[in-house]
Amino acid sequence: MFGLDTKDTRSLIIVAILVVLAPFILNPFPAASAMAQFNAGYPDLMQKFVIFGIFAIGFNILFGLTGYLSFGHAAFLGVGSYSCVWMFKLLGYNVIPGILLSVVISGIFALAIGYVSLRRSGIYFSILTLAFAQMSFSLAYSVLSNPKFNLTNGETGLQVYANDPQWFHRDSLPDLPHLFGLSMRATHKLEIGAWEFQLNVGYYLCALVMLGCFYLAIRIFRSPFGLMLRAVKSNQQRMNYTGLNTRPYTLAAFVISGMYAGLAGGLLSAVDPLAGAERMQWTASGEVVLMTILGGAGTLIGPVLGAGFIKYFENIFSKINDHVLHSWFAFLPDGIEDFVVFLIHPFIGKGWHLTLGILFMLVVIFLPGGLVEGGQRIGNWVRGRKRRKSKTATKTEPAE
Amino acid sequence: MSKRELSRRGVLKTGALGGAGLALPTIFTASSAAAFTNEPTGGTVTLGFNVPQTGPYADEGADELRAYQLAVEHLNGGGDGGMMNTFSSKTLQGNGILGKKVEFVTGDTQTKSDAARASAKSMIEKDGAVMITGGSSSGVAIAVQGLCQEAGVIFMAGLTHSNDTTGKDKKANGFRHFFNGFMSGAALAPVLKNLYGTDRTAYHLTADYTWGWTQEESIAAATEALGWNTINKVRTPLAATDFSSYIAPVLNSGADVLVLNHYGGNMVNSLTNAVQFGLRDKVVNGKNFEIVVPLYSRLMAKGAGANVKGIHGSTNWHWSLQDEGSKAFVRSFGTKYGFPPSQAAHTVYCQTLLYADAVARAGSFNPCAVAEALEGFEFDGLGNGHTLYRAEDHQCFKDVLVVRGKENPTSEFDLLEVVEVTPAAQVTYAPDHPMFAGGTLGSCNPGA
Repeated sequence: MFGLDTKDTRSLIIVAILVVLAPFILNPFPAASAMAQFNAGYPDLMQKFVIFGIFAIGFNILFGLTGYLSFGHAAFLGVGSYSCVWMFKLLGYNVIPGILLSVVISGIFALAIGYVSLRRSGIYFSILTLAFAQMSFSLAYSVLSNPKFNLTNGETGLQVYANDPQWFHRDSLPDLPHLFGLSMRATHKLEIGAWEFQLNVGYYLCALVMLGCFYLAIRIFRSPFGLMLRAVKSNQQRMNYTGLNTRPYTLAAFVISGMYAGLAGGLLSAVDPLAGAERMQWTASGEVVLMTILGGAGTLIGPVLGAGFIKYFENIFSKINDHVLHSWFAFLPDGIEDFVVFLIHPFIGKGWHLTLGILFMLVVIFLPGGLVEGGQRIGNWVRGRKRRKSKTATKTEPAE
Repeated sequence: MSKRELSRRGVLKTGALGGAGLALPTIFTASSAAAFTNEPTGGTVTLGFNVPQTGPYADEGADELRAYQLAVEHLNGGGDGGMMNTFSSKTLQGNGILGKKVEFVTGDTQTKSDAARASAKSMIEKDGAVMITGGSSSGVAIAVQGLCQEAGVIFMAGLTHSNDTTGKDKKANGFRHFFNGFMSGAALAPVLKNLYGTDRTAYHLTADYTWGWTQEESIAAATEALGWNTINKVRTPLAATDFSSYIAPVLNSGADVLVLNHYGGNMVNSLTNAVQFGLRDKVVNGKNFEIVVPLYSRLMAKGAGANVKGIHGSTNWHWSLQDEGSKAFVRSFGTKYGFPPSQAAHTVYCQTLLYADAVARAGSFNPCAVAEALEGFEFDGLGNGHTLYRAEDHQCFKDVLVVRGKENPTSEFDLLEVVEVTPAAQVTYAPDHPMFAGGTLGSCNPGA
């Protein structure tokens, strides 16, 4: 289907079903139950899942295929966010121009940064991209946000004010980002028994874009262009010796992945019209590297899984506090209850980084291929058991 | 060419998917029955406490969280009732809010606008919070205030001192109890005049974000009105931890007063650097070199240790105040946690009580009804004397304290002494004052 082979079609369909049904899959616990703490099916987090999924897919096109480790991808995310909010400020709240501009501007940015950075490879490339990203961060954070020339609004973050021009804004349109009148914030709450599911417009828009991006990524992975990028990863020197100039290919990969990041940034602004400078900080760049490695670099679905994993921890574990813990362990005798809470305390709330770090270590040590490898191992194990079973089954049949 | 086979299963699958796809747009048009966002329907009501648990303002955040928990306890009828007993409005019964038990969720703002908004959004969308409060940075407070306006819930700002929070970034759904940069300037100026005279040259070091800018502007304007001269204003990044490179130029600038527009960990580090460079022992232009920290707090004084001795600044509230409200609050906070509360703890405790009281008086959790009850509300007994919640910009007007780092502290908490209580009238300004102009309150948004 769509020029994909059966295997890729299957993974595309699986991803499509997962994102369409995400509001149901991510809310497995009834709203009133104690386990509702672990529900992730609310619009903001689901949007983050797919948006950072896009970001990680794009990063993986560069890192997974060419092996160039960029430590500055957050700069493109930030540039995309700012472009989108500026469109809101100038044109109005329709998300289409904002998202388009964010892709274009981040593409131009990526072209400039990539042109310089790609002259070096390996660690030098990483450091160059990191330097550019930190430069962009400082520009956004303070240089371009002084009261006289305020492009980014510094620490507060760029946002839309009532006295902005908004040339195409009419009173009949919602006063929030919208798609031709359909507000990004519009949410339908579906109550089925004790469960509550939230179907949100912003989420489905992002999910749709993400599916498109995923499809495009598959096509790139399977194309001759993708093969060339893999060749760069395996031995760039040999490619050069055969008389082939690899630079245009790597630059193209860099720009594509930068545009993915810009698109993710634009979508972030589309669902929440505020662009903060910290989106460009090196920690944000590091986060996408973590996402990709955690999920499985060079695989198609891995980065999306990694993005979901990290965002889940950031948003769910950071919100568990001692108060919640006490309510969970209330059935224990007082002394033991306090002790258990004391034991768990460092890993929740502000300690979510610690939990994530431990899990990251475990994954890297025991599953070097990331979560995807974990999935494959489980799959093989199940299949192997089946095969063994069927083998034993055939064995019991008496041979004539 | 890909091979296409039509199987019964395939047709069913496609049909189901297609049907779901077609049905998708229609469910978005259905509107929910609730009158406003997160209308509490059960026996409980959820409040969202969004404070920095990591980053440069983590100490303030931790203290805010303690005060919130205390406030919830008091609202639900636990503890000794704290300032509910001294509060001039007597509608709160200690049975929750409007008979609903108060529950809360917490989040970490990380002192980053993005993280703070994500955390607040999850409180609104997932936990059904009907009010968001907290924040220990003006950048964050402004970002979250904007979000609450869009989502249709009330935002009760915590520690935010920028003029912009109730100035150019004011929102109809947002309310601030804390004082602001302008008030600091207005309160400090007369004291500085008496202490240091009218012929001074000031050098500003300013945290580079909305709070720093507006405070710098306010203090510069107030001191220049005294006849002082502002020689330089230098911006420092919020994330900076070493200020030596910013302090060194001060020595040769010809300035005889250093104004540190820094807060939290920033101020602790910059003040320590300044003292290490011997600024306080210098004599410039025939006058002793002085340092002023316009926004002061006990937590900062604790961090800076002996360096704060004799340094002046302003604060919203201090635990050593002897009015009934302050005493009651310090008593119940001290009983629960074993040490006195900070000004951050005080302001968020007040905000929680003020919100609960406004709901009780309005008889509804509807943000518009609550906003109406808060607008123009006059109260007393919350530690700051008679206070007005001004309707025009949702800013509280109350007395401002000018404090000084104590020379001989008697305990690790007894670090500041109140020099003067500046009456509210002296720090009041017109709603359209140039430093606050440029924004509009808009109309309240109940969401849904």
